[in-house]
Amino acid sequence: MSPKIKKASRHTNQNEGLIFEKSSPGKRGFELPPLDVPSVDPAEALGQIHRSEGVAGFPEVSEIEVIRHFTRLSTWNYAIDLGMYPLGSCTMKYNPRVNEFVARIDGIATEHPYQPQELSQGCLKILRLLEQCLLEITGMDTITLQPAAGAQGELTGLLLIRAYLQKQGNPRKKVLIPDSAHGTNPATAVIAGYEVENIKSESHGQIDVDKLRDLVTPDVAALMITNPSTLGIFEQRIPEIAEILHAKGALLYMDGANMNALAGVARPGDLGVDVMHLNLHKTFSTPHGGGGPGAGPVAMKKILEPFRPVPILVEKEAGRLALESVRPDSIGRVKAFSGNFGVLVRALAYILAYGPGIRQATEDAVLNANYIRKHLEGVYDLPYSLPSMHEVVFSDAHQKKNGVSTMDIAKRLIDYGFHPYTTAFPLIVPGALMIEPTESESKEECDLFIDAMRSIAEEAATNPDLVKTAPHSTRVRRLDEVGAARKPILRWDPARQESDPSARHKAKHKHLEPTPVIPTA
Amino acid sequence: MRYLPKSPAERQEMLSAIGADSIDELFSSIPERYRLRKALNLPGPFSEAEIIRYFTERAGENSLGYTSFRGAGVYNHLRSVVTDAIIQRGEFLTSYTPYQAEISQGTLQAIFEFQTLMCQLTGQEVANASMWDGSTATTEAVLMAERITGRRRVLVARSLHPEYRDVLRTYAKNSGLRVEEIPYNASGVLDHKALQSALREDVAAVVAQSPNFFGAVEPVAELAEIARAAGSLLVVAITEGVSLGALRPPSEADIVAMEGQSFGLPPSYGGPFVGVIASREKFVRQMPGRLAGQTTDLEGRRGFVLTLATREQHIRREKATSNICTNQALCALAATVHLTLLGKEGLREMAQQNLSKARFALAELTKIPGVRRTFDAPFFNEFTLEFPRSVKLVNAELLREKIVGPMVLGASYPELTKHALVCVTETTTRADIEKLAGAVRRTLERPL
Repeated sequence: MSPKIKKASRHTNQNEGLIFEKSSPGKRGFELPPLDVPSVDPAEALGQIHRSEGVAGFPEVSEIEVIRHFTRLSTWNYAIDLGMYPLGSCTMKYNPRVNEFVARIDGIATEHPYQPQELSQGCLKILRLLEQCLLEITGMDTITLQPAAGAQGELTGLLLIRAYLQKQGNPRKKVLIPDSAHGTNPATAVIAGYEVENIKSESHGQIDVDKLRDLVTPDVAALMITNPSTLGIFEQRIPEIAEILHAKGALLYMDGANMNALAGVARPGDLGVDVMHLNLHKTFSTPHGGGGPGAGPVAMKKILEPFRPVPILVEKEAGRLALESVRPDSIGRVKAFSGNFGVLVRALAYILAYGPGIRQATEDAVLNANYIRKHLEGVYDLPYSLPSMHEVVFSDAHQKKNGVSTMDIAKRLIDYGFHPYTTAFPLIVPGALMIEPTESESKEECDLFIDAMRSIAEEAATNPDLVKTAPHSTRVRRLDEVGAARKPILRWDPARQESDPSARHKAKHKHLEPTPVIPTA
Repeated sequence: MRYLPKSPAERQEMLSAIGADSIDELFSSIPERYRLRKALNLPGPFSEAEIIRYFTERAGENSLGYTSFRGAGVYNHLRSVVTDAIIQRGEFLTSYTPYQAEISQGTLQAIFEFQTLMCQLTGQEVANASMWDGSTATTEAVLMAERITGRRRVLVARSLHPEYRDVLRTYAKNSGLRVEEIPYNASGVLDHKALQSALREDVAAVVAQSPNFFGAVEPVAELAEIARAAGSLLVVAITEGVSLGALRPPSEADIVAMEGQSFGLPPSYGGPFVGVIASREKFVRQMPGRLAGQTTDLEGRRGFVLTLATREQHIRREKATSNICTNQALCALAATVHLTLLGKEGLREMAQQNLSKARFALAELTKIPGVRRTFDAPFFNEFTLEFPRSVKLVNAELLREKIVGPMVLGASYPELTKHALVCVTETTTRADIEKLAGAVRRTLERPL
């Protein structure tokens, strides 16, 4: 690989087919202790509804094959443990290992949600302490830990607003959503039974407060704001925005995805926010795991308290804690049992590690983002010049002159040993490069990232094709997404392959075909 | 602070490079009066040992040392340590959603394998990359049926898990869906006659759980026929996935919504678990959530990508099939590893052990005078018993012997106050069962 690329180099890694392709009758990877009661024949016990054989097509492999299979697969992934993910608004920070340890302790991982509450006081204390910590961080009055993810938190928040307005006689019809918002915001509003009115950001990428006055009609239930915005810029006039809404009986919902810029420094509750969700898998370090699980607690002002989803954590006599599910005005249950408890444990462990020093994480996050911004300004177009907080958004305007897009730059960044930043979002910046380093990156890692981005900008100017055909160093290159959608193959199916024996042979041995030599970049 | 890789000197260097005098300058965009002047009142900072001590103390205040006979949607099953060895690998644990396919092939292939396993288990043609859990998967299956049929009424079995029905009601309130309950019959399964008379051509879906909340297996094929006759879809919810190791899959269902917790996920006080949605290929464009699809790259190598994204929120926004973004990927991976280890024979054997132990427990318990099985439908590893005395009082006595007894049904089913739900899995020993039976017998023999 090119000497310009400092962070990564080529390395032999293992091929591996689908686990079903390695199966062979009679192999198994796990054995059970012997049955200690009389054996029952399923045919006798269940009659014709019994399954007479094992599940057709299920894998049959040994333990070592399972370990090798998934270990090989894992080596094909990038991960935070390997290096920076500069993904904007994802907050890809370090996932502390002690969080994994405590979530697995016997007496924590083993607890059944329907065991007697007197045998669950440990779990309930964990929930209460987390509630208290998150309220302190957000400056709100009360909270629910039930929602399973940010999107479900958004839904819960809007249902709370709806219930509150309904109680006053009119749930109203519309929710205002900035054009810079994350896609879950409008998708959620529709599920909550509201129409979406997209509002245009003004020239600095902020909410147009003057226009807002006219837009907040008696039909408007709420505005969904992200603060800092998805541009990484603090919505300076948020207290005014709150006032405008409140004057018309509407509420302010805050998408808390960008809390990593605020924790310990400012509190949404102080800014006039009525209800907000948090993403524990972002700000609070619980692992992304390839796409979840997460958790989306919703913190709110007192006016929304009666409508909280059940179950609700209460304190009874002598400090005993309990979960109660009977609340006349509650919006109801949003998920079975009580939230993604294991995720909540991890978030609490994170907060306990920092304590009041959580501000330092926020400061380092903002420091890193501004350091990167400073070194890439001029190299990449900066469409909005207001100060950045924890993330910065550039555009590919300069590089587009040579036909190089943000997508191409992102793919080339892979060759430099990094995961791409967020491409093509927010929608208000055509050709966006959305960069959020988080506080977990050292100065060294930030410098390597800056070097890489500067080098790619140079390549875009002097050797654009190299960038346009990237990545060059990966196991697979530029997978055909159009083909995947046109003729979806969404599962392994031997029947399909059987019809063409040569295709089956090829498919079976595809992973053993020699990798073509790729020109070094 | 050990999670922050910067020395004071480095922070200073970086500030100078930016041209700022202090870190406070970088927060100048926040109006002064909203910037906190003192530290938040939070516990800590704790060292690693103190964090472990905190949670270990909490663990000691829970149910360690007790034997439980409760299921009702969350099941104790054997889990291999190999599963954690895999999902704790940093490349799986700390990786992101696989939008950048070239450097996420591990995650994507694992999702593809998960989707395949779920289809094989449920007898359906396509399954997605996961939903949040069984309760939200069931709700989203109903919303999917609504989109497919264009109809607004839903008939839901009373024998569907009470909390699943609650979640559905929460979502239905705002979408104009009318949810009506259909009672169960004396056998413990969905009342056909009541279903027939409620069915009309405005019903989007019939929702039944199998095995249902009482542990009884529903006649899925018949229910599918009844629903189809009215042009409605049959949604089958499954809370105990291991049952599919002994039962025919619900392939006649149009949509299956399953809770995958039984596949290698610990009970963890209710979450995180993993929801599954599986259906026919013809409905795939109405399916919520992520889908991993097979494709080829520039050089013809097989690879995997997220696909059919035009259904999803990040593309379609307000027109998306769902608002789901983050799902339960790592839990789905755990289920994939678990099922791969168990394999065809292991799952069959695990299911057969459940069947055997549950029947042994039923026999032992119904030997006790006054204790009777409530229903007569076939069951897997859960069944309901009627007791001659208050089950709450019986359970209070059982607790003294460190047994968490059967789950009282009265709160969710006022018509069943003297009945309780017993769950027995392969993790329950013969000695546990005999101890339970002995303790119940002694309690009932005691004078009132």
